[in-house]
Amino acid sequence: MQIEQSERDGVVVLSTSGRFNMMSAPRVKTRIDETVAAGSARIVVDLSEVDFIDSSGLGALIGGLKTARQAGGDLRIAAAGEQVVTVLKLTNLDRILTPFDTVEDAIHEW
Amino acid sequence: MLDGAPSAEAVSTTPRRLFALRIVTVLSLLAGTVYLVWRWGWSVNWDYWWIAVPLVLAETYALIDGYLFGFTIWRIKRRGAAPPPSPDATVDVFVTTYNEPVDLVMTTALAALEITWPHQTYILDDGARPEMKAAAEAAGIGYVTRTDDWADRPRHAKAGNLNNALLQTSGEFLMILDADQIPKPEILDRTLGWFDDPEMALVQTPQWFSNVSASDPLGSQAPLFYGPIQQGKDGWNAAFFCGSNAVIRREALMRLGVTGYVKAVESAVRAALEASERILARAARRARKGDIDTAGAISQVREGVRTALADLDDGAAYGDVTFRFQSTVRTASRSVVDRDLAGIAADLAELGYTDEVGITADPETGIPMVQEDVLHELTTRDLSPLAALEEVAQLMRKVDVTRSDEAQPVMPMAIVSVTEDMATCMELHAAGWKSAYHHEILATGLAPEDVGTMLKQRLRWAQGTLQVLLKDNPLKKRGLTAGQRLMYFATMWSYLSGFAALAYLLAPVLYLTAGVLPVHAYGLTFLALFTPYFLLNQLVFGIVGYGVRTWRGHQYSLALFPIWIKACTTAVGNVWFGRELGFIVTPKVREGGRQPFPWRLIWPQLLVMVLLTLAVLSGVVQLMTTDNLSVIGVGVNTIWVLYDLIVLSVIIEAALYRAPEPDPIEDVTNEELVS
Repeated sequence: MQIEQSERDGVVVLSTSGRFNMMSAPRVKTRIDETVAAGSARIVVDLSEVDFIDSSGLGALIGGLKTARQAGGDLRIAAAGEQVVTVLKLTNLDRILTPFDTVEDAIHEW
Repeated sequence: MLDGAPSAEAVSTTPRRLFALRIVTVLSLLAGTVYLVWRWGWSVNWDYWWIAVPLVLAETYALIDGYLFGFTIWRIKRRGAAPPPSPDATVDVFVTTYNEPVDLVMTTALAALEITWPHQTYILDDGARPEMKAAAEAAGIGYVTRTDDWADRPRHAKAGNLNNALLQTSGEFLMILDADQIPKPEILDRTLGWFDDPEMALVQTPQWFSNVSASDPLGSQAPLFYGPIQQGKDGWNAAFFCGSNAVIRREALMRLGVTGYVKAVESAVRAALEASERILARAARRARKGDIDTAGAISQVREGVRTALADLDDGAAYGDVTFRFQSTVRTASRSVVDRDLAGIAADLAELGYTDEVGITADPETGIPMVQEDVLHELTTRDLSPLAALEEVAQLMRKVDVTRSDEAQPVMPMAIVSVTEDMATCMELHAAGWKSAYHHEILATGLAPEDVGTMLKQRLRWAQGTLQVLLKDNPLKKRGLTAGQRLMYFATMWSYLSGFAALAYLLAPVLYLTAGVLPVHAYGLTFLALFTPYFLLNQLVFGIVGYGVRTWRGHQYSLALFPIWIKACTTAVGNVWFGRELGFIVTPKVREGGRQPFPWRLIWPQLLVMVLLTLAVLSGVVQLMTTDNLSVIGVGVNTIWVLYDLIVLSVIIEAALYRAPEPDPIEDVTNEELVS
């Protein structure tokens, strides 16, 4: 999977693409940890290019949420595709992390 | 392999024997039901209800146990060989250890390296021993210890060890091996194929012990469990996970971890918000005495609590609600904090502290923190707003989605019980996953070698199983099928046998010494109804256990009655009254030196055996000298006592047992493997 990083209005956007699964989850988690450690605790994970996520991927998002919150920030997810939404519902994680429709929505509601 | 030990081959049930088994089971349960109806309706001697009722209850317990066993074996499933595995399945092999000797762990880990299916091998060292790390690295084996997140948080024993490793590895499947369970090279080739079914979460293989002699006085081998019982449970899609020698689908475990995280956050946030009303009201009362700013801030926080609860009721996401709540609290407290900081700085200056004391803001809450000694000075000067804000800060920590009371927000292996395997397996089944029991010995381990270790191990299993029953009753658990409910309940029910054993052991003593008769008469009716039930029941076990030794299991279910009772009382104390259970790691190596006879461990059984013997003597003497007792009564009770004594005698055998010295040839092999 690919992870691209950009910054808008003081928020770091991590754009992920490809398969967000047990193989790639540790890399995403590490990237979030590094971003927070570098001083940016407001993070949006853009899932628009993710075509598959599994529970390990969700685990990385939860771990990232914890890191961001502990630094006084927050982690949000945006632009989830159909498969991602299904998995979020299946695990009930949508009750904690509701995906924003677009990255812009996620940034503006801060 | 020791001389005379049974060969490590699993015995299977043929279709013809299964047919016979079903017929005999039905007949046995019918006979038992008739007998019990007669016992309740016509035979209870209410004059001595205090023993008559416990005895008939004990017999009812046994009949229910019989029904549950009947359900279990009704659907015995013979799987045979697994289909060929998908060629791209990736596997992590975990060897779990806490304090076992490095050599022993390495023997297992090196055997794990030799597993033919492509895989990564890791040693999960909960003891974080440098010498273990060095040995693992020298052999090119992965080495995993707890991350810093676990410091000062609940460790959750083996479940915690596995959960820690799960987040540091990435194989599609994981195989769990206890430190002493040496796998065969083909273990994954033989089992992975069952995961062709995308709903299959777990494949369990038998546990077989290589250091046990043919007579197995400690009852270590469990051929009835790793055989008809597991196969029967498998027939109901309820094959149990037994902690080792099993392969698990990572996705299934991780999904449990994610749903568990959601549940934990929901209940913790709700509980904190609901409890906050009382805390905040108290803080408000204190603040109102002349501190309008703080009172105002607290009322803003209370408003935030109400909004948060209302939002949650409307179905808002916990992430958003907690984030908004935290922002509200930060804003509300900022004005007070700014003012207080100024005040505190002035107070500190007055006390002779300079700026260097440093008042820092808590990174999570934004609320100021001061050094302990300074804080003490301040509170003695009655700066109450600080105290009020501290309570608010605590509330903020709880109304969050970080699950900060645990080391990891995601805990895939269940942490509700000391037997994490059963609890996790039940969660998997409740979530709709399947499990399989693969009836082929693919790893051999080391059983306890002395009675003390064996007793500790049995106690832990029983405690863990009863913890699960009390915390998460399978009969009521959502998501389980009726058959699965019964299969879990059957195992839990079997651990209640200690109380029944007490009645079985005491009733003949009371009759033979004091003439206390729990039934109206031990006459022909009793014999006519009891004998067929008893014989048919024996026949069931004769068929189901054909070719394996099931007698040890029977003996131990009665002979360990003090352990079973202790397990019940401690589990109840733990779950209902919050008392410590104490986690016991079963040692894998025997303690050195000569061991004395363990009177302290088995005195209740010895005492009962003495009582039973004296009771028979008393009965015979009374029969010859008085008319208190009947011939048939003394006869029945004497046979009963003899049965009890034969069963209990296993504990003496166990206490006298000394493990044979390890085979010198095997020692050499171990040396070679390690070096």
